Amino acid sequence: MNLHAVKAIYLFEMHRWWRTLMQSLASPVISTSLYFVVFGSAIGSRMVEIDGVSYGAFIIPGLLMLALLTESISNAAFGIFFPKYNGTIYELLSAPVSVAEILLGYVGAAASKSIVLGLLILATARLFVDYSIAHPLWMIAFLLLTAITFSLFGFIIGVWADDFQKLQIVPMLIVTPLAFLGGSFYSISMLPPIWQTITLFNPVVYLISGFRWSFYGIADVNVAVSLGMTALFLLVCLLVVNWMLRSGYRIKN
Amino acid sequence: MTTVVNVSGVGKTYASGHCALRSVDLDIQRGEIFALLGPNGAGKTTLISIICGIVNASAGTVSVGDLDIVNDFRKVRGQIGLVPQELSTDGFESVWSTVKFSRGLFGKAPNPAYLEQILRQLSLWDKRHARIMELSGGMKRRVMIAKALSHEPDVLFLDEPTAGVDVELRRDMWEMVRGLRERGVTIILTTHYIEEAEEMADRIGVISKGEIILVEEKHALMDKLGQKQLRLQLQQPLTALPVDLGDLPLTLADEGRELIFHFDTQSEHTGIAEVLRRLDQHGIDYKDLQSRQRSLEEIFVSLASDSRAVKNTAANEGVAV
Repeated sequence: MNLHAVKAIYLFEMHRWWRTLMQSLASPVISTSLYFVVFGSAIGSRMVEIDGVSYGAFIIPGLLMLALLTESISNAAFGIFFPKYNGTIYELLSAPVSVAEILLGYVGAAASKSIVLGLLILATARLFVDYSIAHPLWMIAFLLLTAITFSLFGFIIGVWADDFQKLQIVPMLIVTPLAFLGGSFYSISMLPPIWQTITLFNPVVYLISGFRWSFYGIADVNVAVSLGMTALFLLVCLLVVNWMLRSGYRIKN
Repeated sequence: MTTVVNVSGVGKTYASGHCALRSVDLDIQRGEIFALLGPNGAGKTTLISIICGIVNASAGTVSVGDLDIVNDFRKVRGQIGLVPQELSTDGFESVWSTVKFSRGLFGKAPNPAYLEQILRQLSLWDKRHARIMELSGGMKRRVMIAKALSHEPDVLFLDEPTAGVDVELRRDMWEMVRGLRERGVTIILTTHYIEEAEEMADRIGVISKGEIILVEEKHALMDKLGQKQLRLQLQQPLTALPVDLGDLPLTLADEGRELIFHFDTQSEHTGIAEVLRRLDQHGIDYKDLQSRQRSLEEIFVSLASDSRAVKNTAANEGVAV
């Protein structure tokens, strides 16, 4: 294992994040806080409780998951896309590093950033909304699993994208709508039966449901199913990334 | 000398269908400076990129130090340093952090003293805290070299290292390359500056349209293919050569003020004495004369056109070459 390389990539990526702290940390924290202010404090006080949880507290896991998904994807996608864009990818390709070492460096850094961001958002939410965490270890487990899985997904997008538009298109046009329609702001049991069935095809439902269960012990789908779906997606991402890096898809040739 | 890089039957056809390399065979000897010459699009960068692991070969094998570049990629790549043609750097990073990153990426433990030595050798020490985007093109080129040397490679690839740099920096780089060779580093250099190959290389390979058309020791190449020119500055300009001198390989230049005679250094009789005698017979006086070796550039142009001519002839006659 080339641990020096893993460390070099990881620190390089963390340094890049530190250099753009306002954009990469302050911006998502502030925008998510606005949701807490508007939907939690202002509108939330006039909403009825959902499954015995105040509306302001109910939306915290969903909003946290939304930020976690988009930031994990963006961080990892940009991390590998930028060397492709400015040509410095030659150094990574000519270095004695394996697929696992590349992933540990890039995806590890992207996931670390998302986890820090998630914890910061959670702390900020406390300023506006009162909430509790029923299963803190499971909450951490979901946080880690989601950050790693979607950082891997972001890495795939970064390798696939050959321009900035493609880099943005998946988080903006696919992930954000799926998170909004995946029960961030409501319980899917509030939907008509036909829409409940359709919603189950949205993979983000399982993430939000599992995460919400770790907070309040309530879930739209079984927690084991949530975990299983997330783990399955992680496995698929690993297989795709492995194929991409070994074949040199869009980075070699 | 032992072979350090062995390229055997390497071919590359890109997804677009463009065939960049056609069954290239090449051996690089340990400790030499090898110059790979060829026009733009000849396949120089593709060949280097395959050896360094940046591009996958479509056919053939490459070994470095008897290790296969695919199966033993970790050991092979640790031995290789690459200075690419493009100035590809992360402009927001400082010189020091980017060099430190390169060393770590290639699996070496931190060694600030060694990195300092490299930066001092490349006159970058004073700029170590500067962001790369603040540096001039020449300085960026030095940073690329520092990155390539940061992990103490045994084999260094320089892909057109002096493209677009000023004469002073070019001389500095040549000095640095010679210094590396003295320390035992094998250097493979691609260039289309013939002067660069002529100045530094031990051996020269010429690549054209994806094929190696010649590999030769530099001086042997010069001796074998080098023609000399005798240039005579005439007292009175000529409008045309006298018909009687038509059998001699003479050409008029500089609006008739100069007469050029080509001769072969390898032949027993160069023909110089006869030329001078017959000019005297025709009353053509000259005020100065000088002889000059044919440059590698002229040799290269001649080789490339000969190669094309052979192929065209073979194609017309339906013969495979």
